[in-house]
Amino acid sequence: MYAFEYHRPTSVKEAGSLAGQAEDTKFLAGGHTLLPTMKLRLAGPANLIDLGQIAELRGIERTGDTITIGAMMKHAEVANSADVKEAIPALAEMAELIGDPHVRNRGTIGGSVANNDPSADYPAACLALNATIVTNQRKIAADDFFQGIFTTALEEGEIITQISFPIPSRAAYAKFRNPASRYALVGVFVAKHADVVRVTVTGAGSNGVFRVPEMEQALSGNFAAEALDGIAVGEDGMNSDIHADAAYRAHLVGVMARRAVQAAAARG
Amino acid sequence: MTASGIGAPVRRKEDQRFVTGQGRYVDDFNRPGQAYAYFLRSPHAHAAIRSIDTSPAMIMPGVVAVFTGDDLAADKIGGLICGWMIHSKDGSPMKAGPHPALAQGKVRYVGDHVAVVIAETLAQAKDAAEAILVDYDVLPAVVDTAQATKAPVQVHDVSPDNTVFNWHLGNKEETQAAFARAKHVTKIDLINNRLVPNPIEPRAAVGEYDFGTDNYTLYTTSQNPHVARLVLSAFIGVAPEHKLRVIAPDVGGGFGSKIFIYAEETVCVWAAKKVRRPVKWTSDRSEAFLSDAHGRDHVTHAEMATDENGRILGLRVHTTANLGAYLSTFSSSVPTYLYAPLLSGQYDIPAIYCEVDGVYTNTAPVDAYRGAGRPEATFVVERLVEKAARELGKDPAEFRRANYITQFPHTTPVIMTYDTGDYAASLDKALEVADYRNFQQRKQESARNGKLRGIGFSSYIEACGIAPSQAVGSLGAGVGLWESAEVRVNPTGSVEVLTGSHSHGQGHETTFAQLVSDRLGISIDQVSIVHGDTDKVQFGMGTYGSRSGAVGMSAIAKAIDKVIAKGKKVAAHVLEASEGDIEFKDGRFGVAGTDRSLAFGEVALQAYIAHKFSGQDLEPGLKEGAFYDPTNFTFPAGVHICEVEIDPDTGVTKIERWTAVDDFGVIINPMIVEGQVHGGIAQGVGQALLEGTVYDQSGQLITASFNDYCMPRAIDLPSFQVGMTVTPCPSNPLGIKGCGEAGAIAAPPAVINAITDALGHEDIAMPATPQAVWRAAQKARTLLAAE
Repeated sequence: MYAFEYHRPTSVKEAGSLAGQAEDTKFLAGGHTLLPTMKLRLAGPANLIDLGQIAELRGIERTGDTITIGAMMKHAEVANSADVKEAIPALAEMAELIGDPHVRNRGTIGGSVANNDPSADYPAACLALNATIVTNQRKIAADDFFQGIFTTALEEGEIITQISFPIPSRAAYAKFRNPASRYALVGVFVAKHADVVRVTVTGAGSNGVFRVPEMEQALSGNFAAEALDGIAVGEDGMNSDIHADAAYRAHLVGVMARRAVQAAAARG
Repeated sequence: MTASGIGAPVRRKEDQRFVTGQGRYVDDFNRPGQAYAYFLRSPHAHAAIRSIDTSPAMIMPGVVAVFTGDDLAADKIGGLICGWMIHSKDGSPMKAGPHPALAQGKVRYVGDHVAVVIAETLAQAKDAAEAILVDYDVLPAVVDTAQATKAPVQVHDVSPDNTVFNWHLGNKEETQAAFARAKHVTKIDLINNRLVPNPIEPRAAVGEYDFGTDNYTLYTTSQNPHVARLVLSAFIGVAPEHKLRVIAPDVGGGFGSKIFIYAEETVCVWAAKKVRRPVKWTSDRSEAFLSDAHGRDHVTHAEMATDENGRILGLRVHTTANLGAYLSTFSSSVPTYLYAPLLSGQYDIPAIYCEVDGVYTNTAPVDAYRGAGRPEATFVVERLVEKAARELGKDPAEFRRANYITQFPHTTPVIMTYDTGDYAASLDKALEVADYRNFQQRKQESARNGKLRGIGFSSYIEACGIAPSQAVGSLGAGVGLWESAEVRVNPTGSVEVLTGSHSHGQGHETTFAQLVSDRLGISIDQVSIVHGDTDKVQFGMGTYGSRSGAVGMSAIAKAIDKVIAKGKKVAAHVLEASEGDIEFKDGRFGVAGTDRSLAFGEVALQAYIAHKFSGQDLEPGLKEGAFYDPTNFTFPAGVHICEVEIDPDTGVTKIERWTAVDDFGVIINPMIVEGQVHGGIAQGVGQALLEGTVYDQSGQLITASFNDYCMPRAIDLPSFQVGMTVTPCPSNPLGIKGCGEAGAIAAPPAVINAITDALGHEDIAMPATPQAVWRAAQKARTLLAAE
C-alpha cells in the first residue's frame, strides 16, 4: 500500500466538497475491491474519503410501493431487514448470497453498485427491479446507470446516497458461484412487475450486467420456466476465463434463468 | 489404556495457546534494531538480465542496503541445493543447473529472486524495490510439462532438452513378457495437477548476527530446523554449523512446503551480518503463490495387463514430472523413489516397469507436498484398476479383492517389502459402512431426479516412516533419515522430551507426552515436549513423510527404555536389592516378590541427590538420549469409498458420502488421527475437484490468488465416515504406521472413480470443476444417444 491522506467526513455535503477540493480522491465504502487493490499497489489514490461515518447514508425505509436502502447499508443488514424480506424477499436472499459472513458484514450496497463489478450481484438486482440510484446530485434509472464493466453514470465526485426499489409482484435470484471467489459466474435475477417482466444477468457478460429481452417477452406472456424452453443465449458477448468459457456461461444463463423463474413462481 | 496413555483421545495440549491466540510464530518475533527485507521478483518467466541498476533504490528513504546475486557471489555464498542424487538409466548423474539465492544473469520463473532491499520499514523496502532498474532480455518460456523436452527453450545450460534425468525402476523385460501373455490390456492417460500448498501461515524468516560472539540466529518457518542449519552451513556456507542457531517456533502448517531451504532465509541470515542488524522477511500470500515450492505436476501414460481370470499380470508406466525452474531441496526424490516403489499398490503384481523423465520448465520449483509421490502413484494404480475392472465387467471391489496381496512379508517388483496388512479386512469394513449393497437403489433414486450418481474406490497404500538410512543412502539420499530424542527426567520426576521431530499442526506436544505418560506412568501434565530449536535439541531430521510417530516416537521410546534401565540401577541401590530383581511397572520400581517399591519421582530424586550410591558405581542424574534408525518403511493402507451426485445441468459434483477405513497400525490418539484423516481427505478432494494451478503460455501464474485458486471449503465436503482396522507395524517398537498423508493419497482417485462411474466414461481430468464435469456430462449424453 502506498501512503495516502485519510478523510472521514460526517455528511454527504462534506464528503462532496472534500472530493471537489482534493486531488486524486477515492471514496471508501466497504472497501472490498478498493483496499485489496491498494494493498497490491495496483491503486494508490492520494486521498481516501471514508463514507463510513455519514449517518444520512444509512437506513432502510418502506414507503408505499418502494423500498429505499441507504448506500452504506451492509449486505448483512439488507439480508436481515424485516422490511426487505417482506417486500422483496429476492433482494434479501441475493444479499445473503454475497461472499461470506465477513464480506456481508463489511461490504455495502452503494459500494457494490458504484463499482459495477461484472460479477457483482447488486447490478443484476437493480436492473431487474428497475431501481433508481439516488446521488448527491440527481436520480438515475438503473437502465441508464450501468454502462459496462466498472463503468457507471456517476460523475467525478458524485456520491450514491440511496437506492430505491419498486416492489415487484414476484422476483427471485439464482446464482452460480465461481468456485474460488464465490462471485457470480452467472447470476440471473428475474422480476415480475405489474406491466412487465425483467430478466437480468450478471457474471456472464463481457460488458457487465445485461437484460435478456427474449426471455422477458416470453415470461411476460407466461411466467413459468417452460416459457423459456427453446430460448438460448448466444456465446457472443459472454465472458471467458479459466473457470468458465463462453459456451458454459451461455448455457448456465438458461439454467439459472429457469431456476430463478421456478423460485419466483413458487413464491405464490 | 490409561486416561492419557497410548490409545486415549486426549485433547491437544497445544491448543490452549493456539485457540487463544497465544501461539508464537516467526512473524511474532521482532528483534531490537530489526530491518525489513523485500525481494524484487522477476515479472518474466524467462529472461536474461542485461544489467541491474540498484543506485536509484539506494537513495530512497529508509533504505539500509540493496543486494543482488553479485553480492552473494562476492561473499562466496553458494547456491541452494538438491539433496537427493538421481541417476539416469544410462548411469549418468542428474543434470542440475545452478540455483543461486539471488539471480545471476538469468531469471527462470515469475517470482524468481532478482534483488533484495533492506529498509527501516517494509513499505520503504517496497518503494525502493520499485526504483531498481533491471534491463531484461525477455526469452521464450516453456511451462507445459508434456512439451518441456520439445520446446525450443533451454531453461538451464546443463540440460539441453530440459531433461534432468531419465530414470527407471523395475524390470523391463519381465514386464514386456507379462504384457505379451496378457488377455487384456487397460490403458490410461493421466495428468496429476499441479498444486499450490497454501499453509495458513506464509513462510517467514528473521536473521540475526551477534558481533560479540560471532553467533548467527535464524527464526524460520521450517519443518526440519536441523536440516536447514546443515544445508545453510555445509552447502550454502552462510555460517558455520556450530555458530548458527535455527529456531522453528510455532509453525502454522507446512504440508511439505516448509521442508525446503529457500532463498529468503538464506539471504536474511547472510544480510544480517552485512547490515549489522536483524533482518526480517515475511511472505505475503501473493509471494507464497509464486515462490513456495508447488506439488505434483505429472503427465503419465500407464498400462495394466490382466489374464483371462482377471488377475493382474503387469504394469508399465511412463511419467513426465515437472520439476519447475530449479531443483528444490528434495525435488528429485519425489517423482522417483517416493513414487515408483508404490506402483504395486495393494496388489500382487508380478512385473512392473516405470520410467520417469524429470524436466525443467519456467515455473516455480516443484517438491514434496502432502503425500509426495505416493498420491501420484496411487492415482495411477487406482484409476487403472478401476478402469480395468470396468473393461472386464467386474465389480471394482471384487476385482481389487481378487488381486490383493494376502501373504506377508511381500516383496514387490519395485523394491518395497510390505511387512504386514489385511487389505480385505479394510475393504469389507468399508463396503459395510458405505452401504455398498444398496448403492444401485440410490443411483436409481438420483436418476429419477435427473442426477447422475457414481461410486468410486481407492484401495491405497503408502510408504511412510521415512526411512532406513542405509536404504535411502543407496538410493541417492544425501542424509540419513533416522530420528533422535533425549528424555530428561528432572529431580522432581517431571520429564522434558527433546525431539528432532517438528510439530506444525500434528499435535506432537500431546501424542509424544502420551507415550511418556504410558511408559513412565506419570501424568501428561508432567511432560513437556521441546522441539524446533537447534540450541536445545542436539539433532533431528524433522517432520515429513508421516515419520514422526513411526520414527520420532520410536526414538523417544528407545530413550525411555534407557531411562527405565538407569532407574532400575538407582532403585536397586536405594532399595538395597540386586538390579536384576527390580521391576518397573505402573510407574513404580519394585523389588520382585516383595511390596517394597519406589515411585518414578522418588527414583528421579534419588538419581540426582546421589546419596544412596557411589558416583564410582553409578553416574548421578537421569537423562538418556537415543537415535532410532528404522528397519523398514511402514505401510499404512486402507480403502476409501466416495459417492457423488452430479447435476448434469450445471456440472456441480456433490460428494454425498465418504467412507474411510484406514490401517495405521497402533494409534496413539484416535481423535488426532481422525483429524489428520479429515484434513487429508479435504486436501485430496481439493486436488480432485477444485485446485488447479494455471500458468499461461508466457509463464504468468494465472491462479495467483484465492480469487482464482480454489481451496476446499467446509461446504465442499460431506461428513466423513471414518473407521479403522489395525495390524500393528512389526518394524518399529510401537507398532505405528503413520497417518498424516493417507487422506491426501487416498482421496483423488476415489473422487475421480466416482465421477467416471457416474458419467459412464473416463474422460475427465483433475480438477473436475463444474465446467469440466458439465462438458463431460454432455459427452456422456452424446455417447448414450449413440448407443
